[in-house]
Amino acid sequence: MNERIEPRASRFPRLLRRGPCEAVTMLLIGLGVVMLMQPFSLNLFSYSFVTILAGTLGFVIVSHFPD
Amino acid sequence: MSTLAERADARAPRRLAFRLSTMSDRAIAWLFITPSVLLLLAINIFPLLWTIQLSFTNYRANRPNAPLRYVGLDNYRDILSDPDVWHAMQATAHFVLWSIGLEMLIGFGLALLINRRFRAHSFWTTMILLPMMLSPAVVGNFWTFLLQPQIGLFNSVVAFFTGADPSSFQMIGDVALAPWAIVMVDVWMWTPYVMLICLAGLRSIPDYIYEAAEVDRASRWRQFWSITLPMVMPFLMLAILFRAIENFKMFDMVNLLTSGGPGSTTEVASITLKREAFEKWRTGYSSALAIILFVTVFGAANIYVRVLDRVKQR
Repeated sequence: MNERIEPRASRFPRLLRRGPCEAVTMLLIGLGVVMLMQPFSLNLFSYSFVTILAGTLGFVIVSHFPD
Repeated sequence: MSTLAERADARAPRRLAFRLSTMSDRAIAWLFITPSVLLLLAINIFPLLWTIQLSFTNYRANRPNAPLRYVGLDNYRDILSDPDVWHAMQATAHFVLWSIGLEMLIGFGLALLINRRFRAHSFWTTMILLPMMLSPAVVGNFWTFLLQPQIGLFNSVVAFFTGADPSSFQMIGDVALAPWAIVMVDVWMWTPYVMLICLAGLRSIPDYIYEAAEVDRASRWRQFWSITLPMVMPFLMLAILFRAIENFKMFDMVNLLTSGGPGSTTEVASITLKREAFEKWRTGYSSALAIILFVTVFGAANIYVRVLDRVKQR
């Protein structure tokens, strides 16, 4: 009798898993880099570093979350 | 009868061996990596932490005895509302995007050509690689001479092909042409590097894949899009990563070629940083700018490495 062993579902909330969180932080970094170098608005430039910093710190943190 | 020194010499290795044999593997591993870790801390981590600390102060390196005042986030606020820094970032973006785009295009094309075996193929590979082996300072200096409107070879060559007067245009003195001059020199110097990485990628594709494609009657065009490009993509992305980081902080070549001029047309971020730090002596302000550049490169590199991993897994 072969009993199939199902992998135990992680208790970690689906939204807080590595994949989606990493995607959000990567989007923030990309947005920040574009804001830093765009030639259209000084306001966007002013908020670029905060955006990049939030994305980078977030990325470092969420890359340690379970898959 | 042996001397004391000889006896010590004979005994030392045995003693050392004995000491090592009494240590655990973990302790031996720590013994070996400690010098590297200490060196890393001294030359990488300590300056970084010090720069972060300075970025919150009004410190000026030309007045080391002046009282140090913590200004909080003022330096960051000043930088991020400064139109000159904003302009420098745009100049950097122009330089990075165009130079990388052209290097990838020409480098990959050259790699495809060099990958075909032909007569004197090694000689041409060496010739193409020559610019990469030169120092950026040397390249900056001799391109300054080559681009001189009166005596430079570049203007004469352009004049020969177009019939224009050689002294009618200045590559490094013209506001419209100077940004393209630094792009051109960077492409000349670093395309061989991209070619080398792409060549490694092309050589790693096994022949049997192409043979199977030919059996299936796939055209050359189809083979390129379905085999060559996807298999070289991780190498191309690696080349983009290396060149993007390097060009984002490019200083020596641009400084020698144009020094950020004419006006501030080619003043890329690192030139602004140098001017703030060593001409205006605003060390705290320039430290904050250095941290902004560092976080930007670090964040972008993180994304890039993750995307590279995904491409490799495909």
